[in-house]
Amino acid sequence: MTETVTPKIKMTGVRKAFGQKVVLDSFDLEVLPRESVVIIGGSGSGKSVSLKCVLGLLQPDEGVIEIDGVDVGKLSHSDREEVNSRIGMLFQNAALFDSLPVWENVAFGLIQGKQMARNTAKDIAIDKLAQVGLGADVAVLSPAELSGGMRKRVGLARAIAGDPDIIFFDEPTTGLDPIMGHMIDNLIVECVRNVGATALTITHDMPSARRISDRMAMLYKGKNIWQGPTANIDNSGNDYVDQFITGSAEGPITMEVFRP
Amino acid sequence: MSADGDTGGRAGPLELLRRVGAAILSFLEATGKLTVFAMTGISHCVRPPIYFRLIGQQMIDIGYYSLPVVGLTTLFAGMVLALQSYTGFARFSAEGAIPNVVVLSMTRELGPVLAGLMIAGRIGAAMAAELGTMRVTEQIDALETLSTNPFKYLVAPRLIAGVTMMPLLVLVGDIIGVFGGYIVSIYKLGFNASAYLQNTWEFLQVQDVTSGLVKAAVFGFLVALMGCYHGYNSRGGAQGVGAATTNSVVSASILILVFNYIITELFFAQ
Repeated sequence: MTETVTPKIKMTGVRKAFGQKVVLDSFDLEVLPRESVVIIGGSGSGKSVSLKCVLGLLQPDEGVIEIDGVDVGKLSHSDREEVNSRIGMLFQNAALFDSLPVWENVAFGLIQGKQMARNTAKDIAIDKLAQVGLGADVAVLSPAELSGGMRKRVGLARAIAGDPDIIFFDEPTTGLDPIMGHMIDNLIVECVRNVGATALTITHDMPSARRISDRMAMLYKGKNIWQGPTANIDNSGNDYVDQFITGSAEGPITMEVFRP
Repeated sequence: MSADGDTGGRAGPLELLRRVGAAILSFLEATGKLTVFAMTGISHCVRPPIYFRLIGQQMIDIGYYSLPVVGLTTLFAGMVLALQSYTGFARFSAEGAIPNVVVLSMTRELGPVLAGLMIAGRIGAAMAAELGTMRVTEQIDALETLSTNPFKYLVAPRLIAGVTMMPLLVLVGDIIGVFGGYIVSIYKLGFNASAYLQNTWEFLQVQDVTSGLVKAAVFGFLVALMGCYHGYNSRGGAQGVGAATTNSVVSASILILVFNYIITELFFAQ
């Protein structure tokens, strides 16, 4: 008899449309505990929307989203906040609060969400900054004084500050040079492993996706058209996946480009 | 065959009706959204946790840093009011009414309205720009993922600070405005200083001041509400933030003038 593991995240038949435009169409995905899954897909394929639906920032039109087996769509606002307190998120452009110094950005969830004393939270923030390779001198800077790579690392420190069960990464390497992108990927792998978290990442950066994932899923026209172990991505047997990972202009994926 | 030309004559009145209907529906939808936003914001003002630190910061922004703008505006408004009243009243030998006109105009109307309009430009625009930028850079989404309610953290402190600081600003503005009228009347028009002050004080009633302060509290709420509403709901990058800023100032200014009339009716209609 095999033991059934409850998925950490489960999306079943999720549909989301904005007006006439259907972004997610019966989207299914399961992420097991401590697994790192990457959703790949082209720009505008619905990757960010899928993440926002799991986070509760968008309400799906149809379908069920479960976290630890609980249907989060039926939770009250306060219960939803409790679920979110176990989630960390690295936004595409880090989404740091301009009005707060770096350490307060990192400690924000601890101070506001968990009512931790400011001094204790500051110590934890400095420790988390050290984990992403930033010194204590950065803690007092304003986000406006940071480079793109530093902002991402501060965002990563904020995502892991509360030792979350689940961490979401929205295009973690976008806008970074290849070396900094590689460094961020290594930090993501290290941090996720250290925290013991489940990770769900969306990206279209294939080298990054290969580095940080155990499993990949491909989103195309709102559907999960392929999923499997990262090691199998080059032998997926799926023409859409093959075209995406090679970046070829020829293939079943067509871009809507106006030609006069 | 031109489709436009073919249907233009017959569809004209129907098309006009459709547009009017769409405009009314759109107005009602916006009013409903604004009402829900306002009620949600108010409910978070009285439910814990209350962010006293943020309320204090907003109070300093709205109250302390707006003092120079409101002070200068009301000072010159009081001065010009005395000057203009003199040129008009001198024709009927009614110069003695100038202290009364200045103090009543300042406390009942000019103080709250001018301060409200100035705060709409200075604070309402800043709120819309700040919240709008936070929206388009996903900072508001980040708040939610950090288990912090954006209404509680962003909207409620601004509403509370707007309602509490505006009356204080207007009170100071009233005093400065009356002082402006006093300066012109004494040093330019040759009034007797003690007689001017005595006239001012004796003619002033408590209701004149309280009506102005009530107006100020309402205007403070409106400015903060419109700044937060437009900023919170802004979309589409820099252009969206710009539009939110403009809309917040324009809508707050119009609402200030509308509510000024309504409150005046409530207080002084015979």
